[in-house]
Amino acid sequence: MRIHIHGGRVIDPASGMDRPAELYLEQGQIRAIDVPPAGFQVEKQLDARGLVVAPGLVDLSAALCEPGYGRKGSIASETRAAAAGGVTSLCCLPQTRPVLDTPAVVELILDRAQDQGSTRVFPLGALTKELKGKQLAELVTLREAGCVAFTNGLQEFEDLRHLRRAMEYAATFDLTLIFHVQNQALAEGGLAHEGATANVLGLNGIPETAETVALAQHLLLVEASGVRAHFTQLTCARSAQMIAQAQARGLPVTADVAMYQLILTDEALRDFSSLYHVQPPLRSLADREGLRQAVREGTLSAIASHHQPHEVDAKQAPFANTEPGISSVEILLPLALTLVQDGLLDLPSLLARLTLGPAQALRLPVGTIHPGGAADLVIFDPQGQTLVGDEHWYSKGSNCPFINHCLPGRVHYTLMGGQLQHTVL
Amino acid sequence: MTPIDTTQSLQLTPNGQLRHFLSLDGLPRNLLNEILDTADSFLEVGARSVKKVPLLRGKTVCNVFFENSTRTRTTFELAAMRLSADVITLNVSTSSTSKGETLFDTLRNLEAMAADMFVVRHADSGAAHFIARHVCPEIAIINGGDGRHAHPTQGMLDMLAIRRHKGDFRELSVAIVGDILHSRVARSDILALQTLGCSDIRLVAPKTLLPVGLEKEGIRIFNHMDKGLAGVDVIIMLRLQRERMQGGLLPSQGEYFRQYGLTPQRLNLAAPDAIVMHPGPINRGVEIDSSVADGPQAVILNQVTYGIAIRMAVMSMAMSGQTLQRQLNPITKEPA
Repeated sequence: MRIHIHGGRVIDPASGMDRPAELYLEQGQIRAIDVPPAGFQVEKQLDARGLVVAPGLVDLSAALCEPGYGRKGSIASETRAAAAGGVTSLCCLPQTRPVLDTPAVVELILDRAQDQGSTRVFPLGALTKELKGKQLAELVTLREAGCVAFTNGLQEFEDLRHLRRAMEYAATFDLTLIFHVQNQALAEGGLAHEGATANVLGLNGIPETAETVALAQHLLLVEASGVRAHFTQLTCARSAQMIAQAQARGLPVTADVAMYQLILTDEALRDFSSLYHVQPPLRSLADREGLRQAVREGTLSAIASHHQPHEVDAKQAPFANTEPGISSVEILLPLALTLVQDGLLDLPSLLARLTLGPAQALRLPVGTIHPGGAADLVIFDPQGQTLVGDEHWYSKGSNCPFINHCLPGRVHYTLMGGQLQHTVL
Repeated sequence: MTPIDTTQSLQLTPNGQLRHFLSLDGLPRNLLNEILDTADSFLEVGARSVKKVPLLRGKTVCNVFFENSTRTRTTFELAAMRLSADVITLNVSTSSTSKGETLFDTLRNLEAMAADMFVVRHADSGAAHFIARHVCPEIAIINGGDGRHAHPTQGMLDMLAIRRHKGDFRELSVAIVGDILHSRVARSDILALQTLGCSDIRLVAPKTLLPVGLEKEGIRIFNHMDKGLAGVDVIIMLRLQRERMQGGLLPSQGEYFRQYGLTPQRLNLAAPDAIVMHPGPINRGVEIDSSVADGPQAVILNQVTYGIAIRMAVMSMAMSGQTLQRQLNPITKEPA
């Protein structure tokens, strides 16, 4: 289909472009900018006057729950939700059943995403067999099957020797590793940030040091091994400072933060609402402010949804017995636009954290607008509004504390490979 | 975008009457005083030869204990009986949950048996809130202790003991000694003391047994017993669980007793007429010396008596608030 996107403000963080422009799409690609190619016959015109045209968002972490957790979500449902949130590429997690540690599971996911998905899906492979932190998964084979990076989730390695070996092996083949740093002994039994709120509620605390101690160990081993490392879902201001120092020393490290972590603090737990039960936990106001500054400065170059849908039962119990996670990919762009609304950063910088930043962190061939590139685009009204859950809720998980909130911005169209995946109702 | 604290509105009717009793957080001073005044009047009932009043006649009170307890369960049973309610007690820890039934389903089943009030004890912080908000909002829920979070009837019976023996809270120095980190009693006592105007609350414990984020106006932390006890009017000793030694929090019971045990010598550092309290069961020789526990300044057994009166007060107040609320507007359940 030949599509003409007319009259929009085109923002491409990769090239620094931010101006009104005409886009011409053909065969799933961006064929030309400003001037139509010779003989271009428009089959469909999208009116983008008053709207922003940006690269589709790249989400570094969203649980799709397939295979194995069909009650929580599916590739079809969660990628559909993602498209509604402006996402065109997402990385899915290896915590599936069976664990994503064999090429067969990778193929299953990619096939199903091809058939039923509304976004591109980039699988993150398990770094160790069954995520047990001991025997390495077949990393190179998994890369050939389609894994773009490897992670062990919140499961720790058996010991630092195994972690070190994993980094060295990955460095040999120039693989990118993703680390979710939390020292499990220090976090033992923890449900909430160790602070005044956890104390009042009588919930076991997770100290800041659970994250920072593990991060310090990882950074030293990254430095020694030379592996490309991405630190995901950081929650402490101190962690962001440590990443900035490591980057200043020239280490090949990047980092992301969960979008909700930039909005919520541990105060949200005050009523024992299990909707705010996440792992790692919501932290203090000072942490949130530190993370927001690190996003502004670019130390945290990516904002991810860390989408985790759940069935109703998973959240229906006393706090300690509920499963952690927030379903949020469906509103990733509106949630992120609150940062512009708050004056933290301008729209092009925000879009960089949602497109170019994450794509570069994992070297994904997406997240830009250029002739010859894939037509992965989001077209949205930055002045519009989204009443969350009012018009649609595609995710199987309704575990979202923002439902019924009014958020800034409104996604009008999401295109993946030149195909409309989401259209405003 | 952070939500407001709605615990208060969960516990109270729109005109400020109690309808659940989950936590002392957010309850106003006049309500705490009303509970204490009501309990005072029930103490007289307990002293009569016929100990019953008909306030809960025809009502069914269901004690649902997911965690073992003797004193709390028995005093709740007695309190309900003295209010003329029909009482059943379920030790759920040994029945349904071992068959895989969820808390949600257990409570919904009991609700279907037309109970009017649940007294709930559970090992998870927030369990009583969860039940009141999501499971059985039309039934008065009394928190008999949830995890480390709250034990509000214990908090109030401690306040009754202090008021009856020492008087005006605003003039008092109160020391709470021991395992504050794991204690729901300490949390409830602190909230009650703050609400009632106590301006010198001292928490005495080693750093391993103190939670983070306690320092507030009116609260002082002491790591050393002798300094913490100097001149206080009330000493609340907390029970030390044996498993604290395994977690690396303390080296031994012996060393704990030498540093934090309440001995006659240490008691002498407090005001001459200071009272000694303990929520029970006491560990003689671990947190308290027998001569202190059995001595003239101890009010530990009085606390048990006051516990019945406090529970009668809370149960009768919550039942009347909940009944009124149900008549005015039926509540709809919120999804979790």
